[in-house]
Amino acid sequence: MKIKAQIGMVMNLDKCIGCHTCSVTCKNTWTNRSGSEYMYWNNVETKPGIGYPKKWEDQEAYRGGWILKNGKLELRSGGRVSRLANIFHNPDQPTIDDYYEPWTYDYEKLTDSPEKKHQPVARSKSTVTGEYMDIEWGPNWEDDLAGAHETGTRDVNMSQIEQSIRMDFEEVFMMYLPRICEHCLNPSCVSACPSGAMYKRDEDGIVLVDQEACRAWRFCVSSCPYKKVYFNWQTHKAEKCTLCFPRIEAGLPTICSETCVGRIRYLGILLYDADAIEAAASVTDEQDLYESQLSVFLDPHDLKVMEQARRDGIPEDWLEAARRSPVYKMAVDWKIALPLHPEYRTLPMVWYVPPLSPIMNLFEGKGSPSNPEDVFPAIDQMRIPIQYLANLLSAGDTEVIRNVLKKMAAMRSHMRAVNIGRESNPEWLREAGMDADMVEAMYRLLAIAKYEDRFVIPAAHKEQCSDLMLEQGACGLDFTGGPGSCGIFG
Amino acid sequence: MNVWEQFLWVIYPYLVITVFIVGHLYRLNNHPFSWTSKSSEFLEKRVLKWGSTLFHWGILFVVIGHVAGLLVPVSVYRALGVSDEAYHVIALSAGGIAGLAALLGALLLMGRRFRVKRVRATSSVGDLLVIVLLVIILLTGLTATGTNVSHTGFDYRTTINPWIRGILTFRPDASLMEKVPVAFKIHILLAFGLFAVWPFTRLVHVFSLPITYLSRSYVVYRRHSSR
Repeated sequence: MKIKAQIGMVMNLDKCIGCHTCSVTCKNTWTNRSGSEYMYWNNVETKPGIGYPKKWEDQEAYRGGWILKNGKLELRSGGRVSRLANIFHNPDQPTIDDYYEPWTYDYEKLTDSPEKKHQPVARSKSTVTGEYMDIEWGPNWEDDLAGAHETGTRDVNMSQIEQSIRMDFEEVFMMYLPRICEHCLNPSCVSACPSGAMYKRDEDGIVLVDQEACRAWRFCVSSCPYKKVYFNWQTHKAEKCTLCFPRIEAGLPTICSETCVGRIRYLGILLYDADAIEAAASVTDEQDLYESQLSVFLDPHDLKVMEQARRDGIPEDWLEAARRSPVYKMAVDWKIALPLHPEYRTLPMVWYVPPLSPIMNLFEGKGSPSNPEDVFPAIDQMRIPIQYLANLLSAGDTEVIRNVLKKMAAMRSHMRAVNIGRESNPEWLREAGMDADMVEAMYRLLAIAKYEDRFVIPAAHKEQCSDLMLEQGACGLDFTGGPGSCGIFG
Repeated sequence: MNVWEQFLWVIYPYLVITVFIVGHLYRLNNHPFSWTSKSSEFLEKRVLKWGSTLFHWGILFVVIGHVAGLLVPVSVYRALGVSDEAYHVIALSAGGIAGLAALLGALLLMGRRFRVKRVRATSSVGDLLVIVLLVIILLTGLTATGTNVSHTGFDYRTTINPWIRGILTFRPDASLMEKVPVAFKIHILLAFGLFAVWPFTRLVHVFSLPITYLSRSYVVYRRHSSR
């Protein structure tokens, strides 16, 4: 056994209001540079929809992630030899049109225009070619189901959904899916990088691109099934979500988490057995991947685990943080947070609590459950089809989703009863497999969501490896030809 | 032998080789961030598919051919019993195919670089210069080969070959280049021109061919180095 620590995130989709504050603060922090204006290290997608870039979940087209080939784990895009053979032209690489051509507006026209019969117009202008362009697609083009009657049915997750669930107005459903890099335990982008420029940090598992070692072979872009590695067309280097590592190292949450209006994001440490990764990613049945991923995580309260972790160099304050980790509680302990598309076999480390939604038939009056509080039979009649959530979060296994939603529904019913001074029905908790303590703890973490409960981030022990005196005020990005300084005057 | 010949076939090559080596070291040490293959597939991939694939595979075999013809002494072939005629036929056919593939690819890439708006707008002077130079060098190289189809004609293995090996082993002899046809001379001078600008252009990516990937473990971990 080789124990490593990994920082993970949980997003509680039940509380996401789709405000894009995370995207905006992320963009202002990291990607407001030329060549990166199209990059959304954090974006919020309205589902159903084809997402960003277009149809990123279609691995038949992009060939991202891993597959089992003769029982062995292999990159879907092929092995090492075929990668080098394709190095002159990557057949799976998305182009700028799969995202959108970045543009600005001809603002000068507004102030310089002579008096005219009609108002002057600021026409859109490509920031790539500098020419006028018509805008046909952009980030959040499908926001709040805009155009979903066309794009929604092309959503890969819509497969296996009953014929009755269509994009008709009466039956339409939607949810928000905020996405960042998954900082996977078994990252396919790192594995596909021929230069070895991409790496996973040993201490905290953050996946980064070494900007000086990147040679623009672009296989990370196509091999990441989440399309969260972007290609800077100006600097010709790959860039990606850094999980705001300078903040994380200081014990602070990422900027997207810090500024989340709905307080849906959680950050914490998980301990895992690095020797178990390959086996966990190689189970035959895709629907077993969720359980097999859970099996690599270790109980931070277990004395034997703690002992081994100390031997493997994990500092004491990190072990303490692992014991208090909200991610451990939600993903491993309570099993209410699920990995996004586990079938990609990358063992992603951003976890999602699936959203509850209104019960369709209850409001439409047909075949309603007799008792509105009788919430469990109604879970299958929620507006967001269980199958859809399962296609997103459990490789299609609806039972996993049902179990989580039961816990969420039971928590609501129980806490409502407690708060209005009524008797809670013990049947609710028993059916969901919970006890009163767990429910209260879940309620505190999910609904009250205190800052110090959401973010349990141990500071990096940089004092052991770098000259902090020398690094004061340094940025790391402001070298000659680099993407830019972090100072406001740079 | 006049001063000009001495300059062209001794001084100029050494100047270029110096710039080539020092330039690469300078760039690697002082501007490592700029070291990239500058792929533009993100902006245009339809023409690139054919252009880049044809050019790169073509030029790869062209380089192998040049090593075989220019760096391997003719005595080695004779010792191995390869007749002049056999050598010539193989060199001409294999080299011709590789050269034409590279030329076709380079022409596609050049057309793309100048005519596809997105690619043109993001091109540096170096990008434009390099692709034009490559096309001209390929054209002159193919012309030189095409005008020398008979195996009894001019043999570069007894002229250019010892000359370039002399340069590389610090025993330069400009007189070896005296009888070389002018097409070959132009080809060589332009190629050295390309070598001179090489370290300052995208061509540095040639030295980044990631062979180590073949034997590397898939997932790479890095630790903060301890003090």
